[in-house]
Amino acid sequence: MNKAAMSGNLLDIEDLRVTFPTRTGRIEAVRGVSFALGRERLGIVGESGSGKSQTGRAIMGLTPPQAEVLAKTLAFDGLDLLALPPRERRALRGKRIAMILQDPKYSLDPVMTIGRQIIETLRTHERVTKAEARERALDMLAAVQIRDPKRVFDLHPHEVSGGMGQRAMIAMMLIAGPELMIADEPTSALDVTVQLDVLAILDRLVAERGMGLIFISHDLRLVSSFCDRVVVMYAGKVVEQLKASELSRAEHPYTRGLLDCMPKIGADRHPLPVLQRQAEWAQ
Amino acid sequence: MRQLPLPLAGRGQGWGYFHSRVGAMTHALAVTDLEVVFDRFRALKGVSIAVQPGESFGLVGESGSGKSTLLRAVAGLAPVTAGTIALDGKQLGRRRDKAFYRQVQMVFQDPYGSLHPRQTVDRLLQEPLAIHGIGDGEQRIRRALDEVGLGSGFRFRYSHQLSGGQRQRVAIARALILEPSILLLDEPTSALDASVQAEVLNLLEQVRRARGLTFLMVSHDLAVVTHMCGRLAVMQNGEVVETLAAPDLAAHRVENDYTRRLLKASEGFARAG
Repeated sequence: MNKAAMSGNLLDIEDLRVTFPTRTGRIEAVRGVSFALGRERLGIVGESGSGKSQTGRAIMGLTPPQAEVLAKTLAFDGLDLLALPPRERRALRGKRIAMILQDPKYSLDPVMTIGRQIIETLRTHERVTKAEARERALDMLAAVQIRDPKRVFDLHPHEVSGGMGQRAMIAMMLIAGPELMIADEPTSALDVTVQLDVLAILDRLVAERGMGLIFISHDLRLVSSFCDRVVVMYAGKVVEQLKASELSRAEHPYTRGLLDCMPKIGADRHPLPVLQRQAEWAQ
Repeated sequence: MRQLPLPLAGRGQGWGYFHSRVGAMTHALAVTDLEVVFDRFRALKGVSIAVQPGESFGLVGESGSGKSTLLRAVAGLAPVTAGTIALDGKQLGRRRDKAFYRQVQMVFQDPYGSLHPRQTVDRLLQEPLAIHGIGDGEQRIRRALDEVGLGSGFRFRYSHQLSGGQRQRVAIARALILEPSILLLDEPTSALDASVQAEVLNLLEQVRRARGLTFLMVSHDLAVVTHMCGRLAVMQNGEVVETLAAPDLAAHRVENDYTRRLLKASEGFARAG
């Protein structure tokens, strides 16, 4: 039994590196990220290019083939993900680790009905009859608060709104009963009021099923209101890890700057404070 | 004392003065009962707004509310079927002439899509000058780049060599180079990171102050609009549901339920129970 299994963590990451070869040299998108995840809600926050999405993709095993993933430890429930044969990794993906992507317009199959997509996920991982699969897909659609599951089951993705599409996506990801959910900007493409409905559904289901959740977002304030713990990334590195409730006491100047530079309703600050980037943050 | 939701209030002029001025039509921009129909879909259903000279006016709402359509209708980019748009009291016709575009310029949402990929910054900035037959290009380009904080080092670069924030600065420079009096801003920072957003918002405020510009700004972000604008209109399903002053919004003095919901949503996620 290895170290990760003994720690009882759902996920253990130590010194994760993702490198892309380019014409002008190797670019390290993730440079030595370490964190552990229990059955909790962890937020990963950073700006574009900080490596937050590539971290999520490396855990899921969706890094583009030309890139190189290295880590001292990348273990899910004691399984060494990097040593796992592709076949076993594939069995894990969708079954025990699931991922919600940003925009349902692009991440759902446009020529398949929503119901068929959900059933496809289920029947890939479990041996169930067609009738049973349909029954469970309808239950799942009801669980993500779609009012008329039977109607939505037969619709194509372009026939539903963004919020509805994202609920269908959540239903599809949850149907196989994963233990770890990675949500990469799950609500950024949605309107603010719809955003909160979708988050509430995600929140309830994660709590009910005792899943671990990694919530990747550029929105520091949204993440801190939703997660238990926040990892702040800058230039491929983790610059700060803290409890979401203690965000106002963040110490790293990048975290503080990021919090500070957003306009707030009721605060009269002209001009807005601007983030002064320091070269040493990236080191 | 409760602040009046009008920029004139601070100048010590009463309501009577304001109404008489309305009669004289001194609005920089007045939109009255505007209807826009795409095929059979009514995108705008009788929308009216009035923007004072030098004012910064915001439009908020969700996707599909018609806020961008209203902006595009002013710019002459949407099929108007009824209603009027007046600039400095003069009603605009169906087609916009060149003089209109010297007075009104627009900055679009996506800095990756709004700059020509095969033109240098210099070429991009020369285009409006060539269209309008303006001679002192050299000087204007240098000044415009300076004004948006890019400097002449960026003059011969292509847009793919620039970051998102730098591109949006070029788009602002292009809008400013004709020295317009009104800027139409369609979600100018929503494609940018928070730290870059702060820089671009500061830049916009700075040029507004320096040139006395009038802004009509669309955003889905209530915090951005209350930061940038004195007054704003909340839109839903092609209609203006409420027009109010930014300080009133900040103090939660709102009348419409939908505005209240937007305000609540902008505060972030709250766990029930």
